[in-house]
Amino acid sequence: MSVPLEAYLALSALLFVLGTTGVLVRRNALVVFMSIELMLNAVNLTFVAFARQRLAIEGQLAVFFVVVVAAVEVVVGLAILIAIFRTRDTVDIDDVDLLRG
Amino acid sequence: MEVIIFVFAALGALAGGLGVVASRLPVRNALSLLLVLGSLAVTYLLLAAQFIAVLQVIVYAGAIVVLFLFVVMLLHRQLGAMSPDRLRWQGPVAIGLSAAFLILMLLTLRFATNAAAPAPAEFGTVESVGRALFTSFALPFEVASVILLVGIIAAVVIGRPASRPVAAPPRSSAPSPVGAPRR
Repeated sequence: MSVPLEAYLALSALLFVLGTTGVLVRRNALVVFMSIELMLNAVNLTFVAFARQRLAIEGQLAVFFVVVVAAVEVVVGLAILIAIFRTRDTVDIDDVDLLRG
Repeated sequence: MEVIIFVFAALGALAGGLGVVASRLPVRNALSLLLVLGSLAVTYLLLAAQFIAVLQVIVYAGAIVVLFLFVVMLLHRQLGAMSPDRLRWQGPVAIGLSAAFLILMLLTLRFATNAAAPAPAEFGTVESVGRALFTSFALPFEVASVILLVGIIAAVVIGRPASRPVAAPPRSSAPSPVGAPRR
């Protein structure tokens, strides 16, 4: 017996919502980044699940490009984080409010 | 059999997701993320996406989580102490909105689609993914390599320590405001 498509979609929805909760609730910039990764992975799971359902390889290619962009995003984001930490001595995103006006 | 593996992978992914969001120790957050990524790699294998599963383990678990751990260790001293929360209402409101969003998404699911046709043996292998990647997706593939290059350069430029010439002029009058760019 195989797993229905909707089970994967439900798991993906749960993971995505966990990610949004993390972004909205946590104030540690590192944890916010990890939550963003969680959301990206949830979307990747839907891509792969639909690719399997429709037997279309393009879904897996979309995941490939998402992984590439996620890697770049993490590298640049963590570099920015370290730069902020160097100047402000904090990773609390509530303390980094220079653009608040 | 497939269902049992899926249930274990899903439980692992959800436990890891909870750990990422709820744990107070940044190292535990990163390791929970590793659990999520590993569990998702298992589900990719169930979905006949072998290449993506390997990619997930190599790039996500091997590179991204290690980078996270590296930064956690680098900033270790300060990460534990956070200033008191100034937006107390934000947490409950965020959880409520997220729960509403989850319910909305789950309501759209209908357990009525037909079972997927059995995948042909070559579906999702490196060969089939690579063939699509180098034929119909050749241009996006090249663009992805440019994006990687841009990311490398950006990381070097941003992460470069502020240049301090040895014979720097003495700091004039007022100290620079906090957060002013040093370059």
